Amino acid sequence: MSDASMKKVVANPIVDNNPIALQVLGICSALAVTSSMANALVMTIAVVIVTAFSNLFISIIRNHIPGSVRIIVQMAIIASLVIVVDQVLKAFSYQLSKELSVFVGLIITNCIVMGRAEAFAMKEKPVVSFFDGIGNGLGYGLILMLVAFFRELLGFGTLFGIEILPLVQNGGWYQANGLLVLPFSSFFIIGLIIWAIRQIKPDQVEKG
Amino acid sequence: MASKETFGKTVGFVVAVCLVCAALVSVSAVQLKPLQIANKKLDKQTKILETAGLLETAGKDIDGTYKQFVEAKLIDLSTGQFIEGDAEGFDERRDARDPSKSVVPADDIAGLSRRANNAVVYIVRDGAGAVDTIILPIVGAGLWDLMFGYVGLESDLNTVKSLVYSDHKETPGLGAEILNPKWKALWPGKKLFDDQNNIAVTIVKGGAKEGDVHGVDGLSGATLTSQGVERTLHFWLGNEGYGPFITNYRAGGLN
Repeated sequence: MSDASMKKVVANPIVDNNPIALQVLGICSALAVTSSMANALVMTIAVVIVTAFSNLFISIIRNHIPGSVRIIVQMAIIASLVIVVDQVLKAFSYQLSKELSVFVGLIITNCIVMGRAEAFAMKEKPVVSFFDGIGNGLGYGLILMLVAFFRELLGFGTLFGIEILPLVQNGGWYQANGLLVLPFSSFFIIGLIIWAIRQIKPDQVEKG
Repeated sequence: MASKETFGKTVGFVVAVCLVCAALVSVSAVQLKPLQIANKKLDKQTKILETAGLLETAGKDIDGTYKQFVEAKLIDLSTGQFIEGDAEGFDERRDARDPSKSVVPADDIAGLSRRANNAVVYIVRDGAGAVDTIILPIVGAGLWDLMFGYVGLESDLNTVKSLVYSDHKETPGLGAEILNPKWKALWPGKKLFDDQNNIAVTIVKGGAKEGDVHGVDGLSGATLTSQGVERTLHFWLGNEGYGPFITNYRAGGLN
């Protein structure tokens, strides 16, 4: 595997083949954790780690996994990794884990992790699978951070907790948009992002 | 393909994967446990120091400051007397789940279902050893779920020093404004009881009148959360909460 194609494996899912924007996977958690940039960043890191390592481990044993139980085996590996990530988070970033713990647990059901394990890691070599995991995790994270950017800025007037738009209730001028505080507002933002990406890259538009 | 599909091989493989995964999870859980417990303790200590208004004094040394000024004491809620026991390790909700250690409140306005028999009070002393703040942990239903917090009182057990919520699941931007410093700043100086010693603290929708020592402005857009805070306070100040303790403490019968 040459360096150039390795780069492609990582870069491709970030824009060209984005798991959320093109494959429309992993929407559920994208709704839940995007109310603040900090949450989205931690979630991104967690998903990158889980996807990368689940891809790596599954790829290493791909030739030995019996076809009849492969999904269960993938699940067991992914679930173990998620628990480890959750434990690490609890140990090193207690504040964030208090907010995110539920959603970190739900990485297990994030279709991106499963999807990459089944579609990529089961066929490809370990190293390239590992980077595919990183790429897809980052692609997911990019959309997460974008959504969180709008939601936190317009919903709370802050970015990473730092005040950007002073809120009316704190004596400023900005009336926070309550809609963007609620999870479902992510639907609108993700929709707009998908529209923007497909406007720039018309080949992503599905043929009706 | 055929070779890896025999029954024995499949079972063996699954068992092997499970063992490896189980080992990985157990090792990480056991290895990280001390750090997690320390984090939890630090989080609690931080909230208590915040309630006591000592967070700035503490700076980075939360644990040291906590040990220097704060004393946790276990009380029996029904008698209001101090009792022996592990105050630092006490967990209200854990006890509340155990029927032998909890009761069903007769008037469950805080929406607790069950209430532990015991409680912890935190007594904060100043450098000279005089009681500076008494911190009472409170818990009660908000809009979505239970809200956990601490109310810090001056030594008359009537004047509020602070109200700090440590854990809640209220709506961001609305109910979650219970953590807003502006709202928290409304509490210091408010009196919980009136001159006849009835519980008088209220949360006033639309804003309390100027000079009202018992009323605190409600949170706009979060009527049910505000109500939850008021009911939580009424419950815990009442006879099924810290009432007996407050009576005993004021009478000077405790030391």
